[in-house]
Amino acid sequence: MTTSREMRAVYAETLVRLVESGRDIVILEADLMKATGTGPFAQRFPSRAVNVGVAEANLVGVAAGLSAGGKIPFAATFACFASRRAYDQFFLAANYAQLNVKLVGTDPGVTAAFNGGTHMPFEDLALMRAIPRLTIAEPSDPVSLAALTALAADTYGCWYLRLQRKPAPVLYEEHEQFTIGRAKVLRTGSRVTLVALGALMVREALAAADMLALEGIPATVIDALWLSPLDEQTLLSHMQCGCVVTCENHRIVGGLGSAVAELIAEKAPGTRLARIGVAADRFGEVGTQDWLAEHFGLTAPHIAAAARALVNGSEQAQTEPAGTGTDSRYH
Amino acid sequence: MNLSERSALERKAREIRGLTIEEIGYLGVGHIGGAMSIVDLLVLLYHRHMRIDPANPAWSDRDRLVLSKGHAGPALYAVLADKGFFPIDWLLTLNRGGTSLPSHCDRTKTPGVDMTTGSLGQGLSTAAGLALARAMDGLPGFVYCIIGDGESNEGQIWEAAMFAAHRRLSNLIVFADWNGMQIDGYTREVIDMDDITAKWTSFGWHACMVDGHDFEAMDAAIQEARERATPGREKPSIIILKTIKGKGCSFCEGQVSNHNMTYGIEQTMQALQALGVSPRLIPELLAQGR
Ligand SMILES: Cc1ncc(C[n+]2csc(CCOP(=O)(O)OP(=O)(O)O)c2C)c(N)n1
Ligand SMILES: [Mg+2]
Repeated sequence: MTTSREMRAVYAETLVRLVESGRDIVILEADLMKATGTGPFAQRFPSRAVNVGVAEANLVGVAAGLSAGGKIPFAATFACFASRRAYDQFFLAANYAQLNVKLVGTDPGVTAAFNGGTHMPFEDLALMRAIPRLTIAEPSDPVSLAALTALAADTYGCWYLRLQRKPAPVLYEEHEQFTIGRAKVLRTGSRVTLVALGALMVREALAAADMLALEGIPATVIDALWLSPLDEQTLLSHMQCGCVVTCENHRIVGGLGSAVAELIAEKAPGTRLARIGVAADRFGEVGTQDWLAEHFGLTAPHIAAAARALVNGSEQAQTEPAGTGTDSRYH
Repeated sequence: MNLSERSALERKAREIRGLTIEEIGYLGVGHIGGAMSIVDLLVLLYHRHMRIDPANPAWSDRDRLVLSKGHAGPALYAVLADKGFFPIDWLLTLNRGGTSLPSHCDRTKTPGVDMTTGSLGQGLSTAAGLALARAMDGLPGFVYCIIGDGESNEGQIWEAAMFAAHRRLSNLIVFADWNGMQIDGYTREVIDMDDITAKWTSFGWHACMVDGHDFEAMDAAIQEARERATPGREKPSIIILKTIKGKGCSFCEGQVSNHNMTYGIEQTMQALQALGVSPRLIPELLAQGR
């Protein structure tokens, strides 16, 4: 049986461990410490925990200053505010100024659930991907979260870590090694490649692969982990099957689906692509996470249907004259 | 305000508290603390001061309310439902998929909600814009806005403060819900706002502080604020309300972790009993076996 762990608890205890082993980390919160779950860190290292109140622009600005002063700041707030509310501060004071700020956006996409549309970030990755040299990652399980947090602390430069706070099942062995910009191939299959980002979508992609296997459609499942730098090498080497489905808890504009579309257009033309994610014209809504995931078409059956359509389409394309393939876009 | 008017408002406030507790309790989780602290104010505004027409929520001459601390939406929904803006049983759909009543106020979804809020600090700027539009068109009436004390940490609050004072937006009346708490604890321990009345006064506003659970005191403060609309004296007004987070909800009043609480039907019923009001939504559901 797979065990689950609360992601925020892993985040907090990893930071404690990193400070214990000598890293000069300061955590910053904007009146959401209870949500981020960094209370235990603040108790252990009160002088290394800064709460700026409900003030996200100041949160990121102070983090940039702490970085200029030699600290390693980890600033956290809901992903909607981390991206939309403090974008210029993060762009300029942190990234353009070439500092070392780690920005953590919690409650990504539909995991914002009962906080509703105003709090539901379907564009944070798109915004972040527009910033030069920024490292962008979304851990998929407790092990990768701990490893990526440690990598962030030990690698100079700005990072955006997209963090689901809620429990997630353990996918990796305890001592699995992670490298910046290297995705993980979780399963291989010859007919279609599913590329997923984040705990929720990796879980759904694995479930979709199970469904497809029963239908005789073996699927590769890749845990992307990094949106920037994107692991082009791993992705390209699994595009030989000719069919790729991207899976993201984000609008299909500007995030993983867009990044893979760009990669295909430039380096693997002819590969068929379907993007699973929130449709381009939709805003977030309120509801349970499960209701929202279904409502926005993010669940395994939607992924499997998109994969099936691609595979069937590519078979047709082989038997019919060129140019008759159907539009592969799912939404 | 005479005695019978006051006791009518007090009775209405108890009813609205009961409805709000039922609304959130039926879902099982929600922003109960900050909803309870503004119930008295909402009742006073909607039952005594605001020019509105429940049958015509889009009436262009109506007064406006921007609930900048948008997470207190459930209290506003209870007031609006009770006023007849929409059927009362909508309250049982709070935060359910497809609902018209999302956790944070949304002008596109809820009849009677004038502005979309939820990202703290933004509502006051939009209220200033609404007030400016009315001033430009020479329209009468007021724009009311409710902000939180934690929310007052946001820089945008103070940008709006400078703007409204500079433009002498005397048709703008703001309430600051000074309940002394935000998510991570007491406001004085997170970011101490010190002498808040002095701060607003120095920003060029007419500012005062009153008990936010005292109808007469609030009523007098609103009257005085309205007088700021007379030529020559124009200033925007802020009424800082000393309140208790969770006020009137037995299991939540004054507790430090009452920002967002998980509770169920049993606690709902106990709280209603303590308030001395009968449940309006839940018995019907229980009867239906839901
Ligand atoms: C820009 C922004 N940052 C953070 C939040 C999350 N949040 C919701 S309520 C809240 C605390 C607000 O405290 P206060 O204004 O005092 O509200 P009240 O005590 O009246 O509930 C926070 C941080 C938010 N909604 N918007
Ligand atoms: Mg407060």
